[in-house]
Amino acid sequence: MAILVDRDTRVIFQGLTGATATRMAERAIASGTQVVGGVTPGKGGGRHLNLPVFDSVAEAAAETRPNASAVFVPPAAAASAMIEAIEAEVPLVVCVTERVPVLDMVRVRDALRGGKTRLIGPNSYGIITPEACRIGVMPDRPHTPGCIGIASRSATLAYEVVAQTTRFRLGQSTSVGIGGDPVHGLGFVDCLELFLDDSKTRGVVLIGEIGGPEEQDAAAFLSQRKPDKPVVAYVAGLHAPPERRMGHAGTVDLLGQGDARDKIRALEQAGVILVESANLIGHAMRQALEGQS
Amino acid sequence: MNLHEHQAKTLLRDYGLPIPQGGVAATPEEGAALAQVLGGERWAVKAQIHAGQRKQAGGIRFAESREAVSAAAGDLLGRTLVTGQTGRAGLLVKEVYVERAVEVEQEIYVAALVDRRAGRVTLVASPSGGEDVEASLAREEGLLRLAPEAGLTPSPAHFEALAGDLGLSGELAAQAAKLFDGLWRAFIETDASLIELNPLAVTRNGELAVLDVKMVLDDNALFRHPKLEALRDEEEADPQEREANRFEMNYVKLDGDIGLMVSGAGLCLATIDLIKKRGGEPANFMDIRPVASSAQIAEGMRILLRSPQVKVILVVAMGGGILRCDAIAEGVGEAFRSAERSLPIVFRGAGTAKEVGEMTLRNQGVPAAIVDDLGEAVDEALRLAQTPAKTGAA
Repeated sequence: MAILVDRDTRVIFQGLTGATATRMAERAIASGTQVVGGVTPGKGGGRHLNLPVFDSVAEAAAETRPNASAVFVPPAAAASAMIEAIEAEVPLVVCVTERVPVLDMVRVRDALRGGKTRLIGPNSYGIITPEACRIGVMPDRPHTPGCIGIASRSATLAYEVVAQTTRFRLGQSTSVGIGGDPVHGLGFVDCLELFLDDSKTRGVVLIGEIGGPEEQDAAAFLSQRKPDKPVVAYVAGLHAPPERRMGHAGTVDLLGQGDARDKIRALEQAGVILVESANLIGHAMRQALEGQS
Repeated sequence: MNLHEHQAKTLLRDYGLPIPQGGVAATPEEGAALAQVLGGERWAVKAQIHAGQRKQAGGIRFAESREAVSAAAGDLLGRTLVTGQTGRAGLLVKEVYVERAVEVEQEIYVAALVDRRAGRVTLVASPSGGEDVEASLAREEGLLRLAPEAGLTPSPAHFEALAGDLGLSGELAAQAAKLFDGLWRAFIETDASLIELNPLAVTRNGELAVLDVKMVLDDNALFRHPKLEALRDEEEADPQEREANRFEMNYVKLDGDIGLMVSGAGLCLATIDLIKKRGGEPANFMDIRPVASSAQIAEGMRILLRSPQVKVILVVAMGGGILRCDAIAEGVGEAFRSAERSLPIVFRGAGTAKEVGEMTLRNQGVPAAIVDDLGEAVDEALRLAQTPAKTGAA
């Protein structure tokens, strides 16, 4: 097993005919992901990458029975695209779009409430279960099938962890980009719940950063849950300039503690293994797993 | 995007918020003339910079004659104000805001923002606002909240309840409920990230008056608000930051000597953490966005090459699915070929097209130390920063 996506996941691409979506869909197909169709309003009835293109998610859903949708739609239309997929009850929606307006995401979160859809992103690299299913903008190399679950707010830092866990012959069960935006879909707690219940995942890596309450919420969850798998975390931005953390980030500190030190302290108290530098994550995980067996 | 106090007050007046009459002055004479037009006997003269904690730093003065207004304006204009939120360099005061002062009975705190956890627009309030509210905000103590169950708009009853919770009654409560409604509409219609009224005064005459406003707009939404975009104060951002932003770089100037170019914000923060941990000082934060082209990356590199404080450049390239290492190397090479000065450079590539990227650098004659490990790359950059510079034409 892995979490959320596997060989049986059937994916449609919203915005399939765009340049980036085309490249990423080609890469998904080449690596064995079942891409079953695309949605581009106005281009319904045509074909692209030898896949059927539909005008709406509802039509694509009726014809191709997808269980995931990749949203590659520009910022101004991204929220509407996500809501369309949510209303069509696609179980998993993955949005890679950067710079979606925050109030648009408030609308998307309203649409998600009480529904059947899980959202990953926006501003996310997506999700990958190596050699089974990839939905997003991540590189294929050096992902390898394995036992480490990754949840990250940052794309390239996640790729660093992928490289390290591959080098230490641990590999990845699934890697999830929860995204860098203040209002988003799946969070660390959701990923932890799934990874801790996943038989293939032996350890979990969380990559956090300054701003927001996400890491503190993960700490509170882990304090309750007392996991039987090691959780290794890194929080980026300990040395970010304080004057930048004030100002706009003052908003962030208002309702969620944005400070890296608070986050690190909370996670440590919850029994998480904290590393001081991003290049030590793979090593720390290997040590933790060796200590267990 | 931060708005100046006077810009925010002008916007919010249109939403019916009780804002004392005031105006902007760029000279002491204009300040005195404004005081005459506004009338009254006492005025506040306030430095217009994008930072809070102005009062503690002497950026807000009170004057009881037109001559005193002129003197206060003269003293503030042209001064560089350093507050707890400006950073060490401070910010230059180019304009002051002059408004009629009110007699304050009580200071309330009210803010509209998006609660990240709940994914909802929320009003946060406290009956004791003013200067020192920030500590209690950080601890989330004594705060009242209003977040409707769903949708973007609460009902009048919600607003009345919040006014009651703040201890207001009668006419004041009705005024407050109307104010909350206006604040909420302003927040939604301007795509704000934060509108903070602090303090919102209860005056001796039993009325509400918004004395100070901090308003931040969502940069992601400015594309649909051209009129708000036009309010941007370009001159207040660092010139290098402005330039970098034009080339799809997220850039923040820092004080050290190690120039950084990194693909990814989180990875750049992590690189800064590593440099600081090992005793070095980064010259900047620079995150290349995945959409950047080689030509834009070259422009970003030129900013580092031109910066006198930079002694060594560290490039951390993690090739992803969109931005590959070779595109980064192309940009670096282009900048080095045309640069007036060369600098020692450490290149750490990984991920997509790592080998091609390294070969590109060599072929273009970039004098880069090529290192595989992030920790070693940082160590090498630190070593080079401490070595006396051997500069010459590239």
